[in-house]
Amino acid sequence: MAVLELLDVTFKYQLAKETILENISLSIEKGEFIALVGRNGVGKTTLCSIMRGLIPTFHTGTMSGKVLLNGLDINEMSIGDLALHIGFVFQNPFVQVSGVKQTVFEEVAYGLENLGVERSEIIRRVEVMLQQLNIEHLRSKHPMQLSGGQSQRVALASVLVMDPEILIIDEPTSQLDPQGTEEVFETIRLLKERKKTIILVEHKVDWVAEYADRVIVINDKHIVKDASTSEVFSDPMLLNTGNNLPHVALLALRLQELGKVNFDLIPTTLDEAYDQLKGREQ
Amino acid sequence: MDAIRFEHVSFAYDRDFLAVDDISLNIQTGEKVAIIGQNGAGKTTTVKMMNGLLRPKSGKILVFGEDASKKTTATLSKMVGYVFQNPGDQIFNQTVYSEIAYSLKYLKIEKEEIERRVNAAAQMCYLSDELQTNPYDLPFSIRKFVTIASVVAMDADVVILDEPTAGQDLLGLLHQKEIIRKLHQLGKTVITISHDMEFVIENFDRIVVMADKKIIGDANKRDIFWDFDLLDKAALKQPVVAQLANRLELKRNIINIVDFVNEYEK
Repeated sequence: MAVLELLDVTFKYQLAKETILENISLSIEKGEFIALVGRNGVGKTTLCSIMRGLIPTFHTGTMSGKVLLNGLDINEMSIGDLALHIGFVFQNPFVQVSGVKQTVFEEVAYGLENLGVERSEIIRRVEVMLQQLNIEHLRSKHPMQLSGGQSQRVALASVLVMDPEILIIDEPTSQLDPQGTEEVFETIRLLKERKKTIILVEHKVDWVAEYADRVIVINDKHIVKDASTSEVFSDPMLLNTGNNLPHVALLALRLQELGKVNFDLIPTTLDEAYDQLKGREQ
Repeated sequence: MDAIRFEHVSFAYDRDFLAVDDISLNIQTGEKVAIIGQNGAGKTTTVKMMNGLLRPKSGKILVFGEDASKKTTATLSKMVGYVFQNPGDQIFNQTVYSEIAYSLKYLKIEKEEIERRVNAAAQMCYLSDELQTNPYDLPFSIRKFVTIASVVAMDADVVILDEPTAGQDLLGLLHQKEIIRKLHQLGKTVITISHDMEFVIENFDRIVVMADKKIIGDANKRDIFWDFDLLDKAALKQPVVAQLANRLELKRNIINIVDFVNEYEK
């Protein structure tokens, strides 16, 4: 059964002249890692808010269609109950940080505290999280005095520590250096191994190509493609929707265009490109 | 002439902790330079000293040959414009127009000249249709262009772009490429800090690598991205296309698709 399902969802923000998303239907299985891509302003974050139940409750507007979580209409669940199932990491980490806690450690522990989790269990889970995201050294720092990259990792930790079954993560690496980006993707990989369902908004398609199972492309209010990562990223049509292709795919298409190599399938990851090109050259 | 010259410059945010440790660097007028390295390596601290937002603890900084320590931050920022990493640190006006015009008004520039410069900067930064919009009604990625336009309008000879590609989509990247090209054409010195190696390679030739508060590399991109020892120290990786070339044991110094294609079955 699908863990999360959208049935013909259309939404218009309160004061907007036009709808932002129309007739969105999709179905996500437990344990899938899905990437949402599309140009800026196309409604990716809006779609995340719909899946999280923040629309139309918190951000108001006109919505039709249904969102089902494990088969149940999320309209009939409270935002608090939903939060136990779905973790949401905001695009702007400065919005996520609570502002009421004095240290990173307490900030990460805040959600568990609110759930009334036992103290020793809170400490154990927070420690694991700080280690996994490589932010142990920040534990005593004030959450409002972090750099963009640091606060992005703290925001991610404070959601992951809640251990929700579905994670919606909106551009988690925009401020991170390459190593930090890799750590975030490796963390997501670990979550996937633990059968978590992950929905990620991310512009860094080279990374998405290496990790995600499936890619959903949004353009002009609609889902214009919903297919396996390799299918989406090997199709140059993606460029017309304001998204780049992974660099290995761009390279392969160029080699093919020049008649230098004929690919059976356009590679989208480094390993695929290597496998197809090795032993072929010169 | 050197636009920027650092001689043994160090900086500390507090007494015990150096954020920049004894760096020396010359950047020529009209050069395009990218500074790369991990979060916390000292990149932003370094560039903030170029326009007086921060003052060194020791060492000497020359801006167009003049001792920066003898200039106010206001004077320096007319020569060296800095576009903040987070647009929220910079934007506070009600419309895009007044945001771009703000510093110009402060400099008591004539009204017609302000109008001319704001319009030109807006055009260069793809904002001509947004001049009456509140900057906070624009998405983050477009707000970044508002901050770039504010600095462009100041007409400083050096423009520093701190993490310009964060959160940008394909079109945003193309627009930034165009802006950098135009600034270069106007004879400006362009300096960027970036984690996006493909962006750096596409738009810059000289790369300065920082790690642990120091400059550990300063060379052409083709040398930097094949210096594995250096990349390792800075916790950086080759761009994807170079990684592929390396695994296939193609010629060294391939860093982008054009290089790769030219080398392949030549």
